[in-house]
Amino acid sequence: MKGHPLIQLTLMRMREFAREPEAVFWAVFFPILLAAGLGVAFSGRPETVLKVAAVSPAIAEALRQDAGLDVTELTPDAARAAMNRGDVALTAEPGADGSVVFRYDDTNPEARTARMLADRAVQRAAGRVDPVTATDAIVREPGARYIDFLIPGLIGVGIMSNAVWGLGFSIVDARRRKLTKRLIATPMSRVHYLLSYLIWRKMILVIEVGIPIGFGALAFGVPVRGHWWDIVILSLLASLTFSALGLLVASRARTIEAVSGLMNLVVLPMWILSGVFFSAQRFPDVVQPFIRALPLTAFIDAMRGVLLQGLTLASFGRELLTLSAWLVVCFVVALKLFRWR
Amino acid sequence: MSVSSSALHVRGLRKSYKDVVAVDSIDLDVPVGECFGLLGPNGAGKTTTIEICEGLTKPDSGDVQILGLRWATDALRLREKLGIQLQETQLSEKLSVVETLELFRSFYRQGPAVGDVIHLVQLEEKRTARVGALSGGQKQRLALACALVGAPELLFLDEPTTGLDPQARRQLWDLITVFKREGRTVVLTTHYMDEAEVLCDRVAIMDHGHVIALGTPNELMASVPMPPKEPRAHAATLEDVFVSLTGRHLRDE
Repeated sequence: MKGHPLIQLTLMRMREFAREPEAVFWAVFFPILLAAGLGVAFSGRPETVLKVAAVSPAIAEALRQDAGLDVTELTPDAARAAMNRGDVALTAEPGADGSVVFRYDDTNPEARTARMLADRAVQRAAGRVDPVTATDAIVREPGARYIDFLIPGLIGVGIMSNAVWGLGFSIVDARRRKLTKRLIATPMSRVHYLLSYLIWRKMILVIEVGIPIGFGALAFGVPVRGHWWDIVILSLLASLTFSALGLLVASRARTIEAVSGLMNLVVLPMWILSGVFFSAQRFPDVVQPFIRALPLTAFIDAMRGVLLQGLTLASFGRELLTLSAWLVVCFVVALKLFRWR
Repeated sequence: MSVSSSALHVRGLRKSYKDVVAVDSIDLDVPVGECFGLLGPNGAGKTTTIEICEGLTKPDSGDVQILGLRWATDALRLREKLGIQLQETQLSEKLSVVETLELFRSFYRQGPAVGDVIHLVQLEEKRTARVGALSGGQKQRLALACALVGAPELLFLDEPTTGLDPQARRQLWDLITVFKREGRTVVLTTHYMDEAEVLCDRVAIMDHGHVIALGTPNELMASVPMPPKEPRAHAATLEDVFVSLTGRHLRDE
């Protein structure tokens, strides 16, 4: 069994990786560092207080009645300067006939909130009485925070980047040093050679997926609601798919420079479009079908559903199909195009 | 000679790259059990010829039969029977000697035990050493071991001792002689005239894609008048043969 060529080839992949300290570092620590950094940056300090500027003492007094507003009294010019700098979300000036003019940027969600609070404060100060008594019951739900949104995205980016970059450099280096040429002079099966790259990456899936999930759960309380086998199957499929993508990208390049350019070309659009750091819904509708067809989008959508909402893979048939289609097409085309010498 | 005792049979081989004719219609016949040398300076077409015979390059035209088989139809069978060593060893630096040999051994249906091959090339002390830590001579011995690990009938060696110190070269010659004694065929390229004299039964001298001379080393050396200015009173070397045929030294570019 040990003498089977596919096993020997996979062993070679493992040894080359394990005996290269930098590769191990990037595979293990990069996702953790990224998650920790972003998680801390965005962690739960909700902006409970919004800064606003008031131009007249009467308005300032009214606004100060709302605990959610931090009011500074400024001259009109100073108020506008403060808004341009982003120091305040909104300024309130007296208008004609005792009205109030609110200045703010309506594309800024904080400013829109500030406007609502400021308006309410002004109305109440002028004597508005709300007929219905409303009380607040605050619910902090893990699963809906930014860090929860982020972890599946980072897992996807980690699997994809490690597969494409790791495979790409390894293949091009072997080709450049004529190791590939030496190997195809033997009876070695070319399919075995390419398969060994796909298989070997499964071995480090435990690290690539397990560590970010574990870290997220322990450090940030990211929920792990789905069945573990759904997580495993989904991760395995994604790893195979991105490995096949890596094979295709590296199938013909002769130098590290050439393959680096190609890898960037393939990977960077997905970093931006696939909903890793922010929801892909922000992009225009006309681009959405293209975004959904990307393998990274499919993986992240499915992983979010499984991890955070506890859905099963049965709910993600389209995503699984997308990943599988990319896997098959990339592998077959890579086999056809591969430059062996 | 009958096809069954022919190790290598080449007729009308042609190969061009863009506007350079690397191999210009050559014929070769190597019987089983012979050690045959392709001699010539860089750019003569030796490496192109041998890589076509190894199945790594497709010729533009010509017939190549190896052990009675052709690359177009019998590639897998041929690869089981051949051992090759390319110019410049190119093995994975991070694997150990024994791991490398186990890898290559796994590709062949038949062959000696890895331990036996390590013993043969005298790398036992370096069994678990990484390839990256081996000396030049040790790497070449490992490369030769990789060529031998499938029990080949025909060995192709492309400049097997280039860049090695004299002692390492002699060690490699000894290994190749052992292989010859087992009755198997060796085809090697070299630009070392002493190597061709020591190892080869017959030699073809190539220049600019042609075979300009063919024969045993002794025949070739006897065909050349002794250069009058040479103080040494012995037969001409193959270098002299080359100079007399082309007017240039082997290593003039």
